[in-house]
Amino acid sequence: MDKFLKLRAIAAPLPMANIDTDMIIPQQHLKTIKRTGLGQFAFSNIRYHDDGSERADFVLNKPAYRQAQILVTGPNFGCGSSREHAPWALKDFGFKCVIAPSFADIFYGNCFKNGILPIILPQETIDLLLDDAGRGANAIITIDLENQEITGPDGGKISFDVDPYRRHCLLNGLDDIGLTLQKKDVIQNYEAKKRLSQPWLFKG
Amino acid sequence: MTEPEQKPKTLYDKLWQSHIVERQDDGNCLIYIDRQIIHEVTSPQAFEGLRQAGRQLANPEAMLAVPDHNVPTGADRATAINAEDSQIQLDALTKNCKEFGVEYIPMLDDRQGIVHIVGPEQGFTQPGMTIVCGDSHTSTHGAFGALAFGIGTSEVEHVMATQTLILKPQKNMRIDVDGRLGAGVTAKDIALAIIGHIGTAGGTGYVIEFTGSAIRDLSMEGRMTLCNMSIEAGARSGLVAPDQKTFDYVMGRTKSPKGAAFEQAVAYWKSLPSDEGALYDKEIFLRAKDIAPQVTWGTSPENVLPISGVVPDPNDVENPERKVAMQRALDYMGLTAGTKLQDISIERVFIGSCTNGRIEDIRAAAAIARGRTVHSDVAAWVVPGSGLVKLQAEEEGLDQILIDAGFEWREPGCSMCLAMNADKLGPRERCASTSNRNFEGRQGPKGRTHLMSPAMAAAAAITGRLTDVREL
Ligand code: SF4
Repeated sequence: MDKFLKLRAIAAPLPMANIDTDMIIPQQHLKTIKRTGLGQFAFSNIRYHDDGSERADFVLNKPAYRQAQILVTGPNFGCGSSREHAPWALKDFGFKCVIAPSFADIFYGNCFKNGILPIILPQETIDLLLDDAGRGANAIITIDLENQEITGPDGGKISFDVDPYRRHCLLNGLDDIGLTLQKKDVIQNYEAKKRLSQPWLFKG
Repeated sequence: MTEPEQKPKTLYDKLWQSHIVERQDDGNCLIYIDRQIIHEVTSPQAFEGLRQAGRQLANPEAMLAVPDHNVPTGADRATAINAEDSQIQLDALTKNCKEFGVEYIPMLDDRQGIVHIVGPEQGFTQPGMTIVCGDSHTSTHGAFGALAFGIGTSEVEHVMATQTLILKPQKNMRIDVDGRLGAGVTAKDIALAIIGHIGTAGGTGYVIEFTGSAIRDLSMEGRMTLCNMSIEAGARSGLVAPDQKTFDYVMGRTKSPKGAAFEQAVAYWKSLPSDEGALYDKEIFLRAKDIAPQVTWGTSPENVLPISGVVPDPNDVENPERKVAMQRALDYMGLTAGTKLQDISIERVFIGSCTNGRIEDIRAAAAIARGRTVHSDVAAWVVPGSGLVKLQAEEEGLDQILIDAGFEWREPGCSMCLAMNADKLGPRERCASTSNRNFEGRQGPKGRTHLMSPAMAAAAAITGRLTDVREL
């Protein structure tokens, strides 16, 4: 996984509440066996007309936001289906950070696994960032994960919280599985005890 | 696995604590996962990840695979030319299971069906377990007093390789439903009423335990419907404490413990229910008699009202964001504020899904269909949740009742719940559906979904409009 240290990028405003993962990546695009290539389908139902042409009024179709890497959005982002295709699609589009007042649990966890930083901030702060983001390509926002700080286009600073373990993994580009496999002994110990106390859970 | 503290514990506390392999200093825990179910849509990338890293499965016996999301549900499913990309996913699952040694139930097997119906049916789902699947409705299995939750594909891979997950504890919420449900009111109505009450984010960060006499009175099927929908209230897991009904359901199934092992398991399962005086972070109390048959009118499961209601008016809403969201929902659904819900006509009916594709649901639909005829403007489908549900229904003659009434009786799968294959709504087609999500495009691009119980959906099929099943 790529390391996430500092990100200086354009932020796209999408101030809708309850954006579900069906909306982020509709089911007709789930028939893939790969993690990549989904960016073209991100938000496809609201991004394209029926004939496949772009909707001029959708934020990511505006020239100023085509290179956006930060998404500023509404509460309960990523609710619904657990499909990891949602963060895959966002990542493939180019997003590395999503900022919202709240996230659905499964989506929130899925972001970290893919090198995307989800940041939770109070609605008032989001409103300010939405204002900043509304200024298009002129509004470059900086995310400093090391110092847990966002710097707005006018130099204003906002600090944010993030789980220390997840921060550590992102900063170092660490793969969870590799880390857990180092604990094989502890896991086998647990399993051995369980075989005795709940033998019906195991075959042989 | 033992905990020093002796204060009263909730069911969730017990499940959580008994699965801690290791506590990390930062509050995260390494949690042991007893069972994983996989399907064709969210597993291929996980197998691919293992392969690329040269990793093995930690315990293939803890896994069960069944295709459901993509499988055709027409009578000609064996020969039906599936879309090429669907076929690629089905083939990948077959191949991956073979290569990694995972038990696999093929599409044409009688036991095939929706993951969350197959798990319990096979006895793969048992009380006291941790159960995961790359599917948010894994919450269904919580009906057995198991800690069950949906995970993303990276986590699927993590469980495959390590039999664990790194998690933080959730908060405890109790939703108590007391008293007796009125006639025509079902587990689905309880679920929808709760979501209407607490909202689709109301349960975020919580595990919801459902308690109260109305919950105890539900069958295992009903409890599964309820826990299934807890993710629609934002909670990754729902729970119902195991009791005699649970043990009776589990007993004798293919993968259930047998004989003395079963007795030993039951003794353990009986220790799981929440202790007297255990504390919850949040408690909500509802009365069963206040719950009427529910239908959704918008594009979020929280957009729900009793069938006697009218389409709400965005102008009555203060919060500007909610006003906009409501107007957007009405525009999408093609509805006008003030319209009586019962005056909304429908063209399609879908009875099925992991929410309502079990035998009890088919019985409820057949009871309404018996001696009646589906409205001439309506195409109504019944899609059993598994091959075994289908066989059981056919044994009871339910298929014939439904077919005689004009319903189409199909092969098992997710079908029109998420419209991944040819089973979908056309643009602007309006559907009375027993599934769980009415999101924009969920049942097909621009399709319009009204969620409700199987009895209500069957009633809508007969009259051609949303209908109060109690007045049919
Ligand atoms: S029936 Fe619907 S909700 Fe259930 S697993 Fe299938 S697609 Fe998901």
